[in-house]
Amino acid sequence: VTPALRIISPGLSTTVQDLGRIGYQRLGVSLSGALDPVSLHAANMLVGNPCNAGALEVLYVGPSFAIEAEDVRLSFAGADATIEISADANAVSSETIQSMQSVHLKRGQIVRVGSLKNGSTLYIAVEGGFNIAPVLGSVSTDSRGKIGGWQGRPLIAGDVLPLHHVTTVERNEYRIDGLDLSAPGRFRAVPGPQSDYFSDDEIERFFANEYTMGAGSNRMGMQLEGRPIQHRRGFNIVSDAIATGSIQVPGSGLPIVLLADHQTTGGYPKIATVISADLPALGRLSIGSKVSFARVTLQEAAAARRELAASLEGIGGKMVPIRPAPAAVETRLLECNLISGVYDAAA
Amino acid sequence: MALVVEFGDRIDRELSTAVLSLAQGLDAEHIAGIIETVPTFRSLMIHYEPLVLTAASLTALIDEHVQKLKAQQIVGHVWHLPVCYDSRFGIDLDEVAKRTSLTTHQVIERHSGPMYHIYMLGFLPGQAYMGEVPAELALDRRETPRSKVPAGSLAIAARMSCVFPLETPCGWHVIGRCPIPLWDEAHGTALLAPADKVRFVPVSVQEYDRLATRAQEGVLKIEPVSEFVGAAA
Repeated sequence: VTPALRIISPGLSTTVQDLGRIGYQRLGVSLSGALDPVSLHAANMLVGNPCNAGALEVLYVGPSFAIEAEDVRLSFAGADATIEISADANAVSSETIQSMQSVHLKRGQIVRVGSLKNGSTLYIAVEGGFNIAPVLGSVSTDSRGKIGGWQGRPLIAGDVLPLHHVTTVERNEYRIDGLDLSAPGRFRAVPGPQSDYFSDDEIERFFANEYTMGAGSNRMGMQLEGRPIQHRRGFNIVSDAIATGSIQVPGSGLPIVLLADHQTTGGYPKIATVISADLPALGRLSIGSKVSFARVTLQEAAAARRELAASLEGIGGKMVPIRPAPAAVETRLLECNLISGVYDAAA
Repeated sequence: MALVVEFGDRIDRELSTAVLSLAQGLDAEHIAGIIETVPTFRSLMIHYEPLVLTAASLTALIDEHVQKLKAQQIVGHVWHLPVCYDSRFGIDLDEVAKRTSLTTHQVIERHSGPMYHIYMLGFLPGQAYMGEVPAELALDRRETPRSKVPAGSLAIAARMSCVFPLETPCGWHVIGRCPIPLWDEAHGTALLAPADKVRFVPVSVQEYDRLATRAQEGVLKIEPVSEFVGAAA
């Protein structure tokens, strides 16, 4: 039998994502990929995967699923979440773990990921990865282009995601301590490329404004609510290419920060672009979060990218083994026996 | 990270030649640190890895190429794409005729007349923006976009024409359908490329059906009729 995870409930929107479909934007193919690549990286490290392996990206509300493999090792990284693990579908009691750790599970066990806290995104990686064929070099789900991931769409109940590994490597479980996933006070952005569509004063105001992440935000773009930005000379430009993090200002004057699933080209002036080093933090913001921007230069953006690369390198050093508490394991085994005893008696 | 080279802010063959010439020039050199170039109507976006290539060295490289642009020519393929303008597919043909004070036959004649230049691909995988639609046929987009039109729909808006490679929401005027698949998902390849030239060849419903069946069976092969080297003009 193929080892797999069977989705019982999909959560709000759970998709398979890696670092995106790189190199096909010229053909009109969106990048897609993880909204928060730092947490994806952490999740993969916790299970010993290459850091660009595909994982499940959970938004706001997590899925529940059953283990259909001899045994698996999963990890959870990103926003805070309470993850309930029970022995099987009929179990009365469950064990609870937090995100930022790996866990070893056996056939029939059920995982329930609750609502996320202090962030909108959580990654669930599995040791060995999902056995999903890449499309154009990536397993990321492009929901608009309906390609990649699991059938080109977010997961639904009943989906059975095949895994590469039949069983797991014998080793300790790990957690990551002290990885800073907090939002920066202000997101750093480079003005342009269409800053000439706005007056200098209006650009100043854009950087001084505080916005709120609007309810219409999704993986394509973050809609900002707040004081509208005035255009100096109209809001229609001849379409040009879009970089992730571009902040376009449509006719309403309310900026939209373009995220992973953005279209390859677009026709609104872009007042500024969030630097790539700050995109992971942007990707983990929740609807209702306050958002403001700080002007930086291209040189500062490149330096920040080097810092981000160094901090990713440093994740390994933050991994600490989790020592199982033998007493707790025994109690749990007893509970399981007791429950199965009661069940037998009732039958 | 990305850097955008803007050549202007209008749709124009001369700008397009400059954009595509820079793209083809940079692509041909396979420069370490350049992830990909994305040409559009009037600008070229260059995605690069700043840990490999600094913005300063990339800018210097671009300057060097821009100096040579005048001497460079763009290369592309010339395609003849069969399209069926029958009302079964061209759901807006009558309205376009009415609004342009032409007969449907004249609309078809005007639309299939020019050799179109492909400015860019975008919006959907393999979707080419082709110009120019004759001025007589230039209409603003529909006031109410359709929630979906089928893959292969041939449509016009302003001076642009597109064949939509996938089913999509669409605010353009649909005047026909092309049976040739423009996007090969399995291989990640698009039939058309920026700088290519396209002529639309009207075919009957019977011929459309025959070609569409062969496309479905995966045995429809279309080759460019020729290559060209020169400016986009």
